[in-house]
Amino acid sequence: MSADALAPVAGPQPDSAGHFGRFGGRFVPEALVAALDELDGAWRTAMADESFRAEFGALLRDYAGTPSLLYEARRFSAKVGARVLLKREDLNHTGAHKVRNVLGQALLTKRMGKTRVIAETGAGQHGVATATAAALFDLECVVYMGQVDTERQALNVARMRMLGATVVPVTNGSRTLKDAMNEAMRDWVANVDETHYLIGTAAGPHPFPAMVRDFVRGIGDEARQQCLDLTGGLPDAVTACVGGGSNALGIFHAFVGDEAVRLYGFEAGGDGVATGRHAASITGGSTGVLHGTRTFVLQDADGQTLESHSISAGLDYPGVGPEHAWLHDTGRASYLPVTDDEAMAAFELLCRTEGIIPAIESAHALAGTVALAPKLAAELGREPTIVVNLSGRGDKDVHTAGDYFGILDKER
Amino acid sequence: MSRIGVAFDKARADGRALLVGCMPAGFPTVEGSIAAMTAMVEAGVDVIEVEIPYSDPVMDGPVIQRASDIALAGGVRTADTMRIIEAVAATGAPVVTMTYWNPVERYGVDVFARDLASAGGTGLITPDLIPDEADEWLAASDAHGLDRTFLVSPSSTDARLAMTVQHCRGFVYATAVMGVTGARARTSDAAPTLVSRARAVTDLPIGVGLGVGTGAQAGTVAGYADGVIVGSALVRCLLDAPTEADGLAALRALSAELAEGVRNPTR
Repeated sequence: MSADALAPVAGPQPDSAGHFGRFGGRFVPEALVAALDELDGAWRTAMADESFRAEFGALLRDYAGTPSLLYEARRFSAKVGARVLLKREDLNHTGAHKVRNVLGQALLTKRMGKTRVIAETGAGQHGVATATAAALFDLECVVYMGQVDTERQALNVARMRMLGATVVPVTNGSRTLKDAMNEAMRDWVANVDETHYLIGTAAGPHPFPAMVRDFVRGIGDEARQQCLDLTGGLPDAVTACVGGGSNALGIFHAFVGDEAVRLYGFEAGGDGVATGRHAASITGGSTGVLHGTRTFVLQDADGQTLESHSISAGLDYPGVGPEHAWLHDTGRASYLPVTDDEAMAAFELLCRTEGIIPAIESAHALAGTVALAPKLAAELGREPTIVVNLSGRGDKDVHTAGDYFGILDKER
Repeated sequence: MSRIGVAFDKARADGRALLVGCMPAGFPTVEGSIAAMTAMVEAGVDVIEVEIPYSDPVMDGPVIQRASDIALAGGVRTADTMRIIEAVAATGAPVVTMTYWNPVERYGVDVFARDLASAGGTGLITPDLIPDEADEWLAASDAHGLDRTFLVSPSSTDARLAMTVQHCRGFVYATAVMGVTGARARTSDAAPTLVSRARAVTDLPIGVGLGVGTGAQAGTVAGYADGVIVGSALVRCLLDAPTEADGLAALRALSAELAEGVRNPTR
């Protein structure tokens, strides 16, 4: 296993202005262009700098606990009808793949000489990860979180505060993740000299989509090698959930050049795409501009952003990273919706067969895999091997899941 | 020369700055916004900036965002904005439109430009569209004879400043502060520097916005800029008023104060 998580590999890259085909780019106030250029320069320089890569690699190993395991889930496999290998990102420090991104961006923040990081968060996972990195690197940290979410996720608010972060409840608009992102952008415009906006997913203006992808692509680099070591070959398919899409890009990137490996991204179908209550931007959205990038967006006929719906707070976002839009356009990856109910059935199945409580986000990847397995088996005429990105653990979701399954004791 | 250019020239000849007043379309209602903008013109605002309400206005502070939310909750559509522009243009004041990019892209860039031109709009101010991404808009604005106002910022490098003003037509929008819209107690120290940097690379008139809320502040900005752009302070007149009539009265009073301010530049 290479300790160098940023070593250059051949994989799809955007043009120099951050366009992935007709997607991506920069749709931002001019006031932010200088900061984005600075970030772009710092990122490219860092990527070419062996000492940066070594420092990042050491942090991932010694602090985050990577490479994460690739675990053969035998009892789950037997139920699903495929050989299922779980990429155990849920075992990372802070409980998800997101720690890779925040460590990379926090290192860059230091290199740029900035002293303050800001972040948006929905359920609070990215906020907790950012607050963690800020504590480790001695950075001031402000996290914007929709007021609706601060109420739903009081425990994560407390976590962030314990780690020394300031949590600002956002009361504008729909008071959820997208409004938290707007508020973080506003803060950034006003404080750009000393502040880095630590975006939590592979979305936003260039260079964020490509940069975040690079910081998390160790997931796929590791999984590809681990699969070769374990099975002697590549998997038939790689699956992941897609909200903004960083965990999916992280695991897809290493496999994009392997034409025989099918790539599947599973979007949050909520109550079902036909109901309009979902967060499936590729399946149920249209091309638009949101939060600095051109991508698929849930929007009305006038281009006003629509509210998304998902049982998974981490997937509850009305846009998607532009590289996914492009992988969809080119046909290299397939994107399919998974409903709340399907995700929760897979959530329960993994709990009961493997003793692993997944994040509800990751349960979407599991549910998609359950549906995919028989089709793939029929097509291949044999049992398929599927690598699933188990992007996060479900501790944070125990209340939501307990509520869903009706297993919480009533108030005493 | 565009109608905006003529208006700037006339103000310059009179030894004063042009007053641009901004109001979200459809706030508080479609008819209410037409009444508000008409009142602004009658009270001395030279150019009306109609902002198309958008669900995610990242360049705007809380006042304009609240007004935009009210307009959207009231069901205002992009097509209504065109109607509002037409009605306000009928007063004789030039009407410029400020819009985030997605509503234009969704409407269809060329169709939008065509409809805007036929409604009597002079052009667009685009807070989240930089010339780097604007090929379609450059073509559509050329085809339909519309002005293009891109923003320049204190953080813009000399190279970007030169590139950006080169793509502007009508006037240049200088954002006075690093931050979002909203009246501030003090106007910015960065603005005069930015304006003089812009003057070094363009002959276009330069409007300064972000933070102006009083006649005295308007006078200060008029001392170094060709146009004074006021938004949040005007919007607040309507937001804070107990009745629509009170709101219009406050709006007229502030418009008149600002109009007086731009006629008394502090140099």
